[in-house]
Amino acid sequence: MFDAAMIETILLTLELAAVTTVVLLVIGVPLAWWLARSKAWGKEIVAVIVSLPIVLPPTVLGFYLLIAMGPHSPFTALIGQTLPFTFAGLVVGSTLYSLPFVVNPIRNAFEAMGERHWEAAATLRAGPLDAFFNVALPLASPGILTGAILGFAHTMGEFGVVLMIGGSIPGETKVLSIAIFEFVETLEWGKAHVLAGAMLVLSFAVILAMRLIETRFKSDLS
Amino acid sequence: MAQAITRFSIGLAVVALASFPAGPVHAGETTVAVAANFTLAAKRLGAAFEAATGHRVVFSFGSTGQLFTQIVHGAPFDAFLAADTERPERAEKELLGVPGTRFTYAIGGLVLWSADADLIEGTPSVLSDKALRHVAIANPVTAPYGAAAIDTMNGLGVLPDLEPRLVAGKSISQTYQFVATGNAPVGFVALSQVKESGTGSRWVVPDDLHRPLRQDAILLEHGRENGAARAFLEFLKGAEAVKIIAGLGYRVPDQN
Repeated sequence: MFDAAMIETILLTLELAAVTTVVLLVIGVPLAWWLARSKAWGKEIVAVIVSLPIVLPPTVLGFYLLIAMGPHSPFTALIGQTLPFTFAGLVVGSTLYSLPFVVNPIRNAFEAMGERHWEAAATLRAGPLDAFFNVALPLASPGILTGAILGFAHTMGEFGVVLMIGGSIPGETKVLSIAIFEFVETLEWGKAHVLAGAMLVLSFAVILAMRLIETRFKSDLS
Repeated sequence: MAQAITRFSIGLAVVALASFPAGPVHAGETTVAVAANFTLAAKRLGAAFEAATGHRVVFSFGSTGQLFTQIVHGAPFDAFLAADTERPERAEKELLGVPGTRFTYAIGGLVLWSADADLIEGTPSVLSDKALRHVAIANPVTAPYGAAAIDTMNGLGVLPDLEPRLVAGKSISQTYQFVATGNAPVGFVALSQVKESGTGSRWVVPDDLHRPLRQDAILLEHGRENGAARAFLEFLKGAEAVKIIAGLGYRVPDQN
């Protein structure tokens, strides 16, 4: 049912989603913590910027990325190489695109925690870092898990940004959604069906997993 | 009260008049699917056609493969200007096109192009440069200009070496954009896309290095009864259209 090229595409897509999810968590957890706890004046502006990809068409993000990562941009001068048409470029694009789906649930989880646990930790003389890792993170773990699953799934299904900056290189930037698009365009519907069906099953599993986590979290609270 | 009603009716009349375009009373409207390489030509032809006939023409651009898929799925296009001969032929065979309306409206040219004015010196030698990061082409499966680019690299014997560095745009328009932004240092684009600008550097690929880029048009079943669609296809064969098409670097078949 799956030929070698399809397996390569599926593995590449899983790799992209996995790497992007790790990057998203490394950036997203501290960012969500700051958004939840900070009293800084400008934090809602940062929150809005993080959430922009929810409403921006992926083509807008792709267009800006193509220019920002192109040979004439300061960003390219800074990192010393152009990123379009590379796996690293897709990770950057997917991270920006999926950021709100990771940051927002984690921020909500941190906010739902309230001051009580935090004050209790302080009373027990836990340092801020100690309290963060041993109190805040475990309490927020359902939110973090939800964010991770959403980020992973969103990256798996990402199409517009990848289409704009990917260049459809097998094994490097040709991911599932692009492969499905090309199979449909070339009237190879049998192959399109196989990959599309796989995406459908995966999406179903992701949303089901999130529902289960939510239900468990609620029963833990009561 | 009466005054208000009068004013209201005048308002209605103005709105009604404004929504009718000027021009002949019998003006019709047609939607035409056009291969991406022909974008600029189609826009100019559309303007000339509208001025000459009073009909309105709306274009939908994409790669030939993408447009053909949409036609198979019942897209409401009246005519199809493809970048190859194969898809219009298939449209006719599969009863999506009106038999006997197929004709070649242009023969395209391929060019290796760079936004950098010094990179290409009128020869393909840059393709042998190991340091060349990427070569942009149109998707060879859906876009005939992409397949012609593959032919060319094959003929030059550089394909196996370049294969890992090829980046594919979904249509020749996206390929052009990859090169124009400098993200791909060079790429194979349609001659019509760079004919007039004169920017960057280029090597015009000799026709014998790739399959002919004969571009056929066909009236689709959806447009069978559409006078504006038939008029547009007739207009394409006329002297005024041929002048516009040839001006963008296409060759036009002799029988026209």
